[in-house]
Amino acid sequence: MAYGDASSWLHALLYISPYTFSALGIALSIGVSVLGASWGIYITGSSLIGAAIKAPRITSKNLISVIFCEAVAIYGVIVAIILQTKLESVASSQQHYPESMRAGYALFASGIIVGFANLVCGLCVGIIGSSCALSDAQNSTLFVKILVIEIFGSALGLFGVIVGIIMSAQASWPAAHM
Amino acid sequence: MYGFEAMTFNVHGGFLEAIVRGYRAGMLTAADYNNLCQCESLDDIKLHLSATDYGPYLANEPSPLHTTTIVEKCTQKLVDEYNFMLTQCSEPLSTFLEYITYGHMIDNVVLIVTGTLHERDVNELLEKCHPLGMFDSIATLAVAQNMRELYRLVLVDTPLAPYFSECITSEDLDDMNIEIMRNTLYKAYLEDFYQFCQGLGGATAELMCDLLSFEADWRSVNITVNSIGTELTRDDRRKLYSNFGLLYPYGHEELAVTEDFDAVRGAVEKYPPYQAIFSKLSFGESQMLDKAFYEEDVKRLTLVFEQQFHYAVFFAYIKLREQETRNLMWIAECVAQNQKSRIHDGIVFIF
Repeated sequence: MAYGDASSWLHALLYISPYTFSALGIALSIGVSVLGASWGIYITGSSLIGAAIKAPRITSKNLISVIFCEAVAIYGVIVAIILQTKLESVASSQQHYPESMRAGYALFASGIIVGFANLVCGLCVGIIGSSCALSDAQNSTLFVKILVIEIFGSALGLFGVIVGIIMSAQASWPAAHM
Repeated sequence: MYGFEAMTFNVHGGFLEAIVRGYRAGMLTAADYNNLCQCESLDDIKLHLSATDYGPYLANEPSPLHTTTIVEKCTQKLVDEYNFMLTQCSEPLSTFLEYITYGHMIDNVVLIVTGTLHERDVNELLEKCHPLGMFDSIATLAVAQNMRELYRLVLVDTPLAPYFSECITSEDLDDMNIEIMRNTLYKAYLEDFYQFCQGLGGATAELMCDLLSFEADWRSVNITVNSIGTELTRDDRRKLYSNFGLLYPYGHEELAVTEDFDAVRGAVEKYPPYQAIFSKLSFGESQMLDKAFYEEDVKRLTLVFEQQFHYAVFFAYIKLREQETRNLMWIAECVAQNQKSRIHDGIVFIF
């Protein structure tokens, strides 16, 4: 496999093992999803606790916002598990075949897709959840309406998961041949 | 970065913002004021207030009730809430909350100095001071004879020290000097607060700078109206105006040379936001100016609650509670003196 001069950046980039890219993809999918979920939970949680002092009735209903954020982390875990089942070993002579590279890149992309979609989804649901808690504390008729906004927000994470799974489904490593 | 406060504000400020919004939900509404206006005696007022958030504070007061007791308990509630928030916050919110009280400190300082000038007892004056503006060594103010001593003995250790650079003279204190001192200190305080809020950036800067500009302009108009016909020279008057706000600098130039109320109206009406205030007053009438300004102030303060993730809600809450205390004082006085026909003249409805 000789792309360009042996000491060029292109050569260095293309010689990174597909295993590296796959492992990074798996790490990103779970790590960045959990970052998004936790960010959303702390944003909602701090407002919810403060508002519940004067209006204790809001606590049980508004835990839904926290659950939506948590779902984002669960998407990340599910996709990470799926991705790691897709990671296979290939013979060392086949490591830089086009199929192996493709599989490695596919797993990497899948990880980025899921991770960052869940990051912004978790943030979005968290901020809306915070406003929801404060509005509910003052006027309980607002809760259901703001919940609809949150539902739309949490659909964003789902989009990321769907595309990520489709990406990884077509990642096939070259079969070993004698 | 303006617009992205939502991502990090709740780390330090989320809990306290939710608490202050909870307090705001407990403020008196128009329905409460209507009930209070129909009370026949102070005990009726106490009965109605015990159903609101003021309940625990007035429950143990023995009848007969005095109007000063009601006002004192309302202020006590505000001070308790303020201290609750101050003990739980971190920088920069703690500095912000402390800045809000410097105005009261200035008023307390001037109260004690004026009282001492008129030979009043120090303890009696200390009782009249606003609790939010108390500091240690405030009683020592009674000893000072002129401004230099005032600064050197007491004020150099307080947060008001940097505001004194422009008004230290060696003249003895008399009524005129004290008023000028009060206004000079307040001007320096407002400018300092404005700089601090601009440094905070984001939604806090935008909202607070707007609120502080209105306050600075309000004070400019008040200084002008109150100094018409007195010995305050035009240059002295110009020195008391703040260096920010809608009226700065051209409005101030016009205000400095006015000699009657209609000229003030003419100078300020050129600014559209303030036109609404003056349109409520007919020509030549200056008594309702205060109430018109209070109403405009309350309107701006309530709008601040529409936005989340900034510090201006704390400022707005404290100002609105002070307005509520003023409303309750007016209602209590009208009921106690049996002047119920004038009761609606003095109330500014908040929500």
